[in-house]
Amino acid sequence: MPSLKDLRNRIGSVKQTRKITSAMKLVASSKLKRAQDQAERARPFAESMARTLANVARTVKGMPDAPALLSGSGKDENHLFIVATADRGLCGGFNTSIVRGARRRLAQLRADGKTAKFICVGRKGRDLLRRDHADLIEEYVDGVVAKRRLEYADAERIAAMVVDRFEAGAIDTATIIFNRFKTAISSELTFRQLVPATIPEVDEAPADDDTPSALYTFEPDEETILERLLPMNLAVQIFNALVENVASEQGARMAAMDNATRNAGEMIEQLTLSYNRQRQAAITKELIEIVSGAEAL
Amino acid sequence: MAEQLKFELVSPEQRLASGDCDMVVMPGEDGDLGVLVEHSPLVTLLRPGVVSIYQGDRVDRRFFVAGGFAEVSEEGCTVLIEEGFPLEDVTEAEAGQRLDTAKRDFADIGDDGPARDRAARAVAIAEALVDAVAA
Repeated sequence: MPSLKDLRNRIGSVKQTRKITSAMKLVASSKLKRAQDQAERARPFAESMARTLANVARTVKGMPDAPALLSGSGKDENHLFIVATADRGLCGGFNTSIVRGARRRLAQLRADGKTAKFICVGRKGRDLLRRDHADLIEEYVDGVVAKRRLEYADAERIAAMVVDRFEAGAIDTATIIFNRFKTAISSELTFRQLVPATIPEVDEAPADDDTPSALYTFEPDEETILERLLPMNLAVQIFNALVENVASEQGARMAAMDNATRNAGEMIEQLTLSYNRQRQAAITKELIEIVSGAEAL
Repeated sequence: MAEQLKFELVSPEQRLASGDCDMVVMPGEDGDLGVLVEHSPLVTLLRPGVVSIYQGDRVDRRFFVAGGFAEVSEEGCTVLIEEGFPLEDVTEAEAGQRLDTAKRDFADIGDDGPARDRAARAVAIAEALVDAVAA
């Protein structure tokens, strides 16, 4: 049975913890707001990009010399995964779910006799993967997610790593693993294939196949445009994934800290209850001692 | 007043400009081009340079763009760029400094390969910026 003083100390320390978790929740919710704003601002670009790319790709489709970034290397042997996680913990299952997804995919590929490598963005993913797959981590990109705002230049840097490896023939496909933002409290583990590029479907009436794109004039020509567009699209896809990931991270942290705050509250209630009970017991005991002492006289 | 051209200038990080204007002049890969309302549909690559937005006969706003592409359709003109900012936000000294850094980076890369191409591109962008600011 803990003493009164012990109980008092524990109540004090749980109260401190609650203060910290509720502050972290507030910080996370304001960061979430900022991340959502950024995702909002990034959307028009991604939409126009997808539309144009679809238009251009449609005219090139079927051509024998389509760029390799679009058509693939013709093999499916060496896979590259960009594992996007957070730099910090205390956000529930956010980081572990991403890393678990990566591990599962790795096991599948290995069972099929294929190879996989990782590029880690975010410190937590690297720390977790390093334990058992240190040899597979090709590159670790530092200090991208910790910034106040994500910068497109960082996404470009990562895209360049992917393109260089692809062109050198070291990889056949590239996929980014991240948590797609759904609502503040829920996100979805997503594997987005980057290479070969997936071309979004245009929702314009596909009835007459070549009418919409045939209207466009291309300058200089489709192939040249596509060759520039594809690496750019890669960087944009990575950028968007990272933006969504940051929003999900803050959402997950907000939820985790909200839970922690509530748990601390419950704990304080229970501890206070047993503290009061014990104090009352001590008082009663003293009274009994006085009364029985008086009776004995 | 005649019908106006719907115009949008967006980078991955934000929307830099959007609205109606009379003409947009941009640095196409094969030469500068001006887009008026009801231009025929077009997709073009852009080289580093200046995008000017005209209201009437006067230049209303000018943006430096580091390259990207433009799509002109019936709905309007959309310019997608990787990097860009209003031209008045940068001084001649800053532009010169950027060129120096880019040149130094380029000199530091010895072997050829993708990294060298990228460094060369950075130099070209910085040179275009210096020209744009000086003009």
